[in-house]
Amino acid sequence: MKITVDMDKCQHYGQCTFEAPTVFALNDDGKLEYQGEVDDSLADQVEAAADVCPMQAIEIAP
Amino acid sequence: MTVIVVGAGLGGLRAAESLRGQGFEVMVIGDEPHLPYNRPPLSKESLKGGVEVEGLHFRRKHDDIDWRLGAAATGCSLDQRAVYVDDAKYPFEGLVIASGIRPRHLPVPGPQPPVLRTADDALRLRERLTPGTRLLVVGAGFIGCEVAATARQLGCEVMVTAFDAEPMIRPLGAELGAAMKAHHEAHGVEFRLGVGVAEFHEDGATLADGTRLTADVVIEAVGSVPNVEWLHGNDLDLTDGVLADNLLQVAGTDAPVVAVGDIARYPNPRFDDVPRRIEHWNLPTETGKRAGQTLGSLLRGEIPEGDFRPMPAFWSDQYDLGLQSYGQPALGTAVLVDGEWSGDCIVEYVRGDEVIGVVGVNRTKDLMRYRQDIGSA
Repeated sequence: MKITVDMDKCQHYGQCTFEAPTVFALNDDGKLEYQGEVDDSLADQVEAAADVCPMQAIEIAP
Repeated sequence: MTVIVVGAGLGGLRAAESLRGQGFEVMVIGDEPHLPYNRPPLSKESLKGGVEVEGLHFRRKHDDIDWRLGAAATGCSLDQRAVYVDDAKYPFEGLVIASGIRPRHLPVPGPQPPVLRTADDALRLRERLTPGTRLLVVGAGFIGCEVAATARQLGCEVMVTAFDAEPMIRPLGAELGAAMKAHHEAHGVEFRLGVGVAEFHEDGATLADGTRLTADVVIEAVGSVPNVEWLHGNDLDLTDGVLADNLLQVAGTDAPVVAVGDIARYPNPRFDDVPRRIEHWNLPTETGKRAGQTLGSLLRGEIPEGDFRPMPAFWSDQYDLGLQSYGQPALGTAVLVDGEWSGDCIVEYVRGDEVIGVVGVNRTKDLMRYRQDIGSA
């Protein structure tokens, strides 16, 4: 599955990192880094991460 | 089996998704004409003019949920297992109470000012916040302060008045509230705090101390009232929302009913056994998912199991300040642990010898460890 984060919306709150820690992380500067394509076995985690984003900045495509 | 969800906000959406995912037929009844959308931008990005409601809709995981939008539920009989929308009767096997809150109005004379709760409210307010407009914000909570900050950025003259002694004093405490007030004042906002409103006028308000404030636009942001009226007559405990147990099953009825989001009052063992109603953004998602599991179990004849310990969290952006919180700061005493009150900082809120909440100003990453730690002892 493909993941896109709208970096104009993202405020680097890091809530996604709790739901999908192998996909999303905050770097040393507190900025979001993420993998743009992950295995479908992580779908539940990525869906949960998108759900908890306060800015609703995470988009998912098959 | 059919589940009715009353309320088409975020909590209603998450509960509906959970129940549809378990195979139930789901109908959602909502008073607004819109599919579920994200409200926090309404006092910030949307008010600045950038985002329309279409851009705020939540992603929907199911296209076979029956959305009945534009008319509020007006009644309910748990004995008959039916929800009423005026004369129409909708039978259910399971019910999700997700009707949320509406803005409170002060019980004072004069024309009732507009409020900011819905996308339509934001559109109307946006049209009036032109450069040079004098805006009077009544209420100094998060919505009032965010509107004040946004209006300053739009070039309005802004006055904030509130009965509380400092902005956002209940969640933040007096010291951080005072620091936030100073930030607002540095951006040109004026305050009249510690005094109530005696009367509203078309062009402003008179305060309890006799001060007459004049404005082109008045907005009222003085807290909220739970939308419980449609539940009257069912012997439920509707004191400050709907009383539910830890797994969100509504107390006082044998019917399969759960409550989610801003309207649910339930105990959270992360903190104590006191049922509370908390209006933080992340809780409709947490409670919606949990309540969906609970109602699914009840409808399958199973006993709901588990231990629900959600971590309340909120965020607020005002100017270049990003406030973030975990836990329940309002239950503790503020202790500055890093930085300065007047700048970037971390404030812990302590009850007994336990940190029960935290607020950070521009310290997002440093705050993340608290999400695991608070209430984990």
